[in-house]
Order: sequence, then C-alpha cells, then structure tokens
Amino acid sequence: MKADQMKAGTVKAEEALVGTTATSVSRQRAAAGLALIVLAVAAIAFPLVFSSPVVTNYAIYALIFVAVVSAWNVFSGFSGYISLGHAVFFGSGAYTVGIAARDWHINGVAVFGLLPLAAAVGAVIAVPFGLVALRVRRHTFIVITIAVFFIFQLMAFNFSFTGGTVGVAAPFLPWSPTTFNDRFYYITLGCAAAMIVIAVLIRRSRFGLQLRAIRDDEDRARGLGVHAMRVKLTAFVLSGAVTALVGGVWFLYLTQVEPPSGFDPLFDLTLVLMAFLGGLGTITGPIIGALIIEPGQLYLTIRFTNGYLSEILLGALFLLIVLFVPRGLVPTAGEWIRRLRTRGRPAVVPVAPSTAVAAPPRVLPEAGRQAPPGEAPAREAKR
Amino acid sequence: MAQEIYRAIVDGILTGGVYALMAVGLTLIFGVLDIINIAQGVLVILGAYLSYELSVRFHIDLFVGLLVTVPAMFVIGVVIQWAFIRRLRGRERTSMTLLVTYAVALIIEGILYEIFGPNPKTLNASYVQSSVHIFGFYLSDIYLYGFALAVLMVAGIYLLLYRTTFGRSVRATMQDETAARLVGIDVNRVAAVTFGVGVAVTAAGGMMFGATNAFNPNSGYDLISRLLAIIILGGLGSIGGALAASVFMLTVESLVDIWSPEWAIVVFYAALVIVLVIRPTGFFGRQPARAQ
Repeated sequence: MKADQMKAGTVKAEEALVGTTATSVSRQRAAAGLALIVLAVAAIAFPLVFSSPVVTNYAIYALIFVAVVSAWNVFSGFSGYISLGHAVFFGSGAYTVGIAARDWHINGVAVFGLLPLAAAVGAVIAVPFGLVALRVRRHTFIVITIAVFFIFQLMAFNFSFTGGTVGVAAPFLPWSPTTFNDRFYYITLGCAAAMIVIAVLIRRSRFGLQLRAIRDDEDRARGLGVHAMRVKLTAFVLSGAVTALVGGVWFLYLTQVEPPSGFDPLFDLTLVLMAFLGGLGTITGPIIGALIIEPGQLYLTIRFTNGYLSEILLGALFLLIVLFVPRGLVPTAGEWIRRLRTRGRPAVVPVAPSTAVAAPPRVLPEAGRQAPPGEAPAREAKR
Repeated sequence: MAQEIYRAIVDGILTGGVYALMAVGLTLIFGVLDIINIAQGVLVILGAYLSYELSVRFHIDLFVGLLVTVPAMFVIGVVIQWAFIRRLRGRERTSMTLLVTYAVALIIEGILYEIFGPNPKTLNASYVQSSVHIFGFYLSDIYLYGFALAVLMVAGIYLLLYRTTFGRSVRATMQDETAARLVGIDVNRVAAVTFGVGVAVTAAGGMMFGATNAFNPNSGYDLISRLLAIIILGGLGSIGGALAASVFMLTVESLVDIWSPEWAIVVFYAALVIVLVIRPTGFFGRQPARAQ
C-alpha cells in the first residue's frame, strides 16, 4: 500500500516533470512568438504614436545602429575577429551614393536605386581588405583594420572626387518635412529587420556553426575540415556589404557626408561597445546594446553641447560595462533567470563526468592533451 | 634635389628617435601584459600638457620638468594597470583590454578638453626656436636634444631589461608567463611596473611631441595609430623592431613628404599593409602573427 503510493507518487512526479518540460517549451515558444508580434506591431506603430520629428530622429539613429551592429556581429561576434574598420564600409557606402548621384545627375526618389550599388562597393572593398587582414589574428588583425580605416579617411580627405574636407551633399529628396522622418523610420526599420533575419538564419546555419567553430579554436576547426579563410571572408564581405548599404541610407537621411563623419573612429568603438554591452555573438544582445547606447549618446551630445562631458561619461560607461558585465547583459541576465528558476540546483546535469566514466579510453588521450594546455593554450593565448 | 633627400633622411631619423621612445613603451607593455594600450597616444598628450603646465605656470625648463613628469606618468600607469587591466581575464580579454584602454583614453581626453579647451598649444623654450649648422644642414636644437634624450632613455630601458634582476624577470614573463610564475617571479608586480615604465616614457615623448608639434587633446588618435603601425611593423613585443620600424617609417614618410605632404601619412599605413602581406610577423617578430 505504502509502496504502491510511493510508486504512484514517483510516476506522477515523473509525469509532472516531463509534462512541465514539454508544456514549458511550447509555452515558451508561444510566448516568444507573441512577444515578436507585439514588438513588430509596436515598431510599426511607433511613428504614429510619437509623431514628433525629435523622437523619430532618435529612433532612426537607433535603427541604423541596430542594422549595422547586427551586420558587425555576424562577422566579429560570430568569428571572434574584432573589426575596428567597419567605418570603412559605412563611409564608403555613403560616399558611393553621394558621388554616383552627383556625377550621374540622379535626383528624387530614384537615389534609393543606388543603395545596391553601395552594397556592391562595400563587398568589392571587403574582398582585398579581408584577404590582407584575415591572414593575421587577434591584436594584429584589429590594428590592421584600424590602419585600413585611417587609409580610407585620409583618401576621403585628399582625393578631389570626394570633395575633400567639404564632403558630398545628398541629392534633394522631394519629401515634405512632415513625412521625411516617418519614411526614413520605415526604411531603417526595414533594413534593421532584414539584417536581424539574416543574422538569425546565419546563426542557425552550418555556415554560422563554422564561424563559431573558428571563434572557439580556429586551428582545430581547420583540422575538422572548415575552410577557415573562405568562411571568414564570406562573413566579412556580407557584413561589409550590409554596412555599406546602411551607410548609404544614413547619408540620404543626414543629407551630407564629410571625411570625419563618414569615417569616424568612434563609430567602430560604439559598435564594439554595443555588442559587448548586450552580449557578443548573441542575436538580441547587440540589438539591445544599440537601442540603449545610441539614443543615450545622442541625448548626451545634444544635452552637453560641448561634447566633452559626454565623452567622459561614455568612457566611464565603457569601463563599468567591461568591469562589471564583461559577458554582456543578455548572457548575464539569462544566467540570473536560470539561477532564480533552479534555486541553485544545476539546471542541466553536467555531462562531462559521466562520459569520463563511460568511455575512459577515449577520454584518456583527451586528458593527456588537456594537461599541457594548462601551459600550451596560455602560450597560444599570449602570442 | 639630392640635398632635399639627405635632409628628409636626417629629419626622419631624428623624429624617428622620438617615436621610437613612445613605441618602445607600447611594445614593452604588449610583450609583458599581452595587451595593446590604446591610451598610449592620449597619455603622450597628457605628458605634453604636464610639461606645458610646468613651463608656463612654474617656469620650469622642459627637460628639468621631466624629473617631475616622468615619475608622475609612472604612477598614473601603475594606477591604470592596478585599477582596470589587472581584473580582465577570459576569452575576450584581447578585445576587452582594447575597450578598457580606449575608455581610459576617452576619459583622459575629455578631462583635458575640460581643462585646456580645444585650442592647439605648443611648448616653448629658447632651444625650440634656435638651430645649429651641421653637415651643411640647419638642424633645430630641439630635435637634436630630443634625439639624444630618446637614445638615453631607450638605452636606460635596455639596461633595465638586460642588466638587472628585474629586467630578467620581465623578459622571463615575456617568454612564458606560466613558467615565470613557476620559478617564483611575482608576475603581477612585473606587470604593474612594466605598465608604469611603458607609460612613464610617454612623459618624455609628450614633451618632445609638444615642442615640435602643435597639440590639442584630440592629437592622441593620430599618434596612437602611427605607434600601432610602428610596433606591428617591428614585430609585436620586439624592442629592437620598434626602434628600427620607427626610424624606417618616419624616414619613408619624410621622403614622400618632399613630393606630396597630403599623401605622406597614407604611405605610412600603406607601408604597414604591404609589409604584412609579405611578412605577417613584421620585421623582427618572433612568432608568426598568424599564430597569435
């Protein structure tokens, strides 16, 4: 009797356990779907509710950065190669649209037809850039991207067709001031949404897996048959093309580009900061980072017009993020939620010890290799 | 024409000496701590402003003022390392140290703007204007003194590294941190002092930079990008490489400058890219940069 009860109890408990996991997964999916729909409706309705151009201006800049940081993240976040040269693509996209419209006398709404050209130019620049820079890793890669960035900024200053320090003005768009911002809001929203979809697809694909394998251990990934250079270069070109296209949109919105604004060193660091704040390599992290930082930065520059205090505050924010949420908000928050739910019990039973018992012969050479890594990876990491 | 070319080479070597001083600090920090100190450029400018304050407010000679500014910058370096860099660990350390040192640069730059404003300043002294006539050239005194100072300080760093026990532990840490720890070297102390020394040389570099260029708080970016190009070209962590690369780069730049001043700086970065395509380790890099 007692035993029966106990048995029934355990069965029930097991059923309950299985039941909750199954329903909680489907419930989670439904909740995520609902949240997405709510977000989409909110994003589309946003300019109808907040019609003030001051507010939509914030939103447009935020969306521009959502699109660009997602593009940056597909390359840098997934592959671990931190690029500080994406302003090269952003500025080149802006200049491409401006110079083509000026020299081919394109006016009115037709200038949007030049955006694919901007993307193509971004891709064409990315190929040699990537072939040179992706030969080296870590610090050297970062510094080469900075060097290429400065080459482009100086070229924009020195060539005659870029208009020197004056830069290039955008062709006039025949939109009234009342609809100008709203239309650009939807254009940038479209760019951001498209880039997010691309990022999700890549992350789920074999290609995305290869990129992350390169981030974790490039040599081993190569040993397992990943064509590292091809994969890295593809991601770099794709990321550069999208960044250039968004740069073109940014230029049409701002109607002017000069060398220091098109090729801005702060641009790249802002991207890195956004990605780090949200969580490098995740989909939602950089988006959240962009939505927090870009409006904040805009507000600070408008509020403190001399710009110096905003610089100090930006620097302090950098330090706080890196020192206190080094892995980013999304992974850290995820961990807190998991900890709250499981109340200290491990959510997933660790697998490693059981395999160690189950398959000792396979593990031993592993362990043999693991032991020196205490030193060897340290050396790898050091150089 | 020939005269102009000789002149450009002499100029390049003299300014190269000053850049070498700043680049040695940067590459030393990289070698020991495995980080790139983006703040190095703005720290040079901070050094220039310190010299400026001492000379304008207290009428202390620029070179004598170094007795104050070099130890001050050393302390600043140790504090930065202790407060921020020491704490960084883990897989993203490379990019996080970049972010942290960049943040430090932003904060210092902002503070300098608040205090001194955006107007360019220059350091002044009797020897900044005067020049001497040697080998058929008129050479500015400040360049000669600065070059001598750079040679002295680089020699000092060389002696510190190769003739003292501390230097031995620095070199051991550069070679293999784990092994250095195993033989009883206090790696944390080595890291702190190295960062301090690497930053301290910017006081002298800043004084020289300020005496030969107009500077404002924003000048640090141009400097750091050149310094980065130099240390990568020389081979990261190689002190001799940094010396050779500074002289080489500055000579090339001043040679191109004869024909086209606007493109001289582009050549600087282009030279870096070309050299790395041919030789990814830089001039004197020990490990291939690929393996980094």
